[in-house]
Amino acid sequence: MFSNLAEKLQTALGKLRGRGKLSEKDVDEALREVRLALLEADVNFRVVKDFVARVKERAVGEEVMQSLTPGQQVIKIVHEELTELMGGSHARLQLTGRTPHVIMMVGLQGAGKTTSAGKLAGLLRRQGHRPLLVAADVYRPAAVKQLQVLGEQLNVPVFSLGDKHDPVDIAGAAVSHARAYGNDIVIIDTAGRLHIDDELMEELERIAADVEPKETLLVLDAMTGQEAVNVAERFNERLELTGFIMTKMDGDARGGAALSVKAVVGKPIKFVGVGEKLDALEPFHPERMSSRILGMGDVLTLIEKAQAAVDQEAARKMAEKLRTADFTFDDFLEQMQQVRKMGPLDQLLGMIPGLSGAGQLKGLQVDEKELVKMEAIIRSMTPEERANPSIIKGSRRRRIARGSGTKVQDVNRLLKQFEQTKTLFKQLGGKGGRRARGMFARLFQS
Amino acid sequence: MRIIDGLRERVKEEKPADEEAVKRLLREEIAALLRPVASPLAQNRDGLTAMLIVGVNGAGKTTTIGKLAHRFRSQGKKVIIGAADTFRAAAIEQLQVWGDRTGATVIAQQAGADPAAVAFDAAQAAQARGADVLMVDTAGRLQTRSNLMEELSKVHRVLVNQLGRPLDEVLLVLDATTGQNGLSQARLFREAVPVSGIALTKLDGTAKGGVIVAIAEELKVPVKLVGVGEQVDDLQDFDPEAFAEALLA
Repeated sequence: MFSNLAEKLQTALGKLRGRGKLSEKDVDEALREVRLALLEADVNFRVVKDFVARVKERAVGEEVMQSLTPGQQVIKIVHEELTELMGGSHARLQLTGRTPHVIMMVGLQGAGKTTSAGKLAGLLRRQGHRPLLVAADVYRPAAVKQLQVLGEQLNVPVFSLGDKHDPVDIAGAAVSHARAYGNDIVIIDTAGRLHIDDELMEELERIAADVEPKETLLVLDAMTGQEAVNVAERFNERLELTGFIMTKMDGDARGGAALSVKAVVGKPIKFVGVGEKLDALEPFHPERMSSRILGMGDVLTLIEKAQAAVDQEAARKMAEKLRTADFTFDDFLEQMQQVRKMGPLDQLLGMIPGLSGAGQLKGLQVDEKELVKMEAIIRSMTPEERANPSIIKGSRRRRIARGSGTKVQDVNRLLKQFEQTKTLFKQLGGKGGRRARGMFARLFQS
Repeated sequence: MRIIDGLRERVKEEKPADEEAVKRLLREEIAALLRPVASPLAQNRDGLTAMLIVGVNGAGKTTTIGKLAHRFRSQGKKVIIGAADTFRAAAIEQLQVWGDRTGATVIAQQAGADPAAVAFDAAQAAQARGADVLMVDTAGRLQTRSNLMEELSKVHRVLVNQLGRPLDEVLLVLDATTGQNGLSQARLFREAVPVSGIALTKLDGTAKGGVIVAIAEELKVPVKLVGVGEQVDDLQDFDPEAFAEALLA
């Protein structure tokens, strides 16, 4: 996420880190690079100017310059200001008052409205709501069908009147339908439109006037350039937006749109789309995002993902096994699958402090295929071999390699890795390892 | 930046009188940079014109195919479209609607099918039925997803093998609202498949597609088409002069 910007910012600020003394000139120089990095990332130029001015004002103050770690202080200020730029704290959906709550999804063509509507419905359903999806895009061919397919996959009902009705009527009818069927949230997927298309913008105004949405979310492609601010302003003028959903954040988007819209329009980003799968929509946390951009990792999101994916009871048993070093290939397999449930590996690694963003991860292709290979090898072992790997000698190795479509070398490597892991845990099980072990256990049990 | 250098040179030589004159020079510089990359869509006059359409999610691939189908059909050509976006919900149905509207034949399998297999079927059908144009639609993919880019390479490879020759066009569809990320899109898609041209979509908004200038300068990928509206005939050949003018408007 924002790898380009992250790398540049970290290089610029890295020069300040660890310096015992800072002159105003040092700060100026670093901030000049910060400014260039932000501009190159398509951040709106007015936003960049204000941002740099604010950081500078705080950074050259007495307190910072006189402190023992001025470099760290400046980085802290940049972190805080970046967080502030993106809205300060996480903005939740404001769903209060009488149900059904209406959420309206609007945006340009191809921003990802329909997909985001589906993902949002899935997210709300997992939180115990009963959402209803509404197909109000009557223009794009097969848009209604697309929403219906998504609804089916997510097990969320979809309301549609085909593509021959006025979207305003569809929206109105959907709300009545929700009331009758006990759906507490109505998510209206509108057609993509240009912000300068007067006729279609008016259609949105009429829908909004009719169903009085609690949330009007502008879906915005994170790869949008300077144009993002234009689009957001125009939509906001006519619709009174309540927030944004940034999509396609899993590519190498530069971050300009995400960093600009809050400052210019004054409305927060509420969610971000981070992948093609239907559960790849995350609540947006400005502070965590600015940590990621500055290479400080995002342990909180990682832990949340672990909690969502890892079965508590299984985790407790696993911790027990780790302690006694009674750890077999079956456990190894199980653990691998739990980690994979948390999401794509490269995204997970990006959340670990020190591993994220700049340098370290670049060029390192995290190979999901390697995991598939390991799984295949383990699955080609007999139960006895999995429980007691020491019996796996030459001919067994050859058989396993054949069975899993790999080479004997691959099998050897896995066996070695397994032994190392086991030894490591044995050591952790000894006296000195108590603390480290506790950390492990906490990560999985918290 | 070559443009700024060129402009500086010319300002020195020609000593423009006012701001308007400088603007005119800049316009000319940009147009001059774009002129070599402006080229019409390739056509195979003696037989099948085969095209593969690629791009990130939501760039406008399917709509561009629909508009192209309309263009070719109104020239009286026989058009076959391969629905190799088997991932996104209802992508196949979306193409079929375009097929019905324009009279193009859509070759499809069920959702979730192997896109390379669909491409293969479509190529085979185009050859067997003596079609004039074959367009293969693909699923949108972010250029950083290396596994999906590999899948794209495979679709391309299968098409080339079946036809026994290179494709006439591999079109990268690029959204004009995209910022500098467009350069990364062009670069990485070109690593996966031999992109022969760009279709710049959604130019009817306030976005100007300035990134195309950077792409022209760095990668020299030809720009073939621009999408300027929602109607079926709102797809035009790229005109560097008009583009440069609009960019500075």
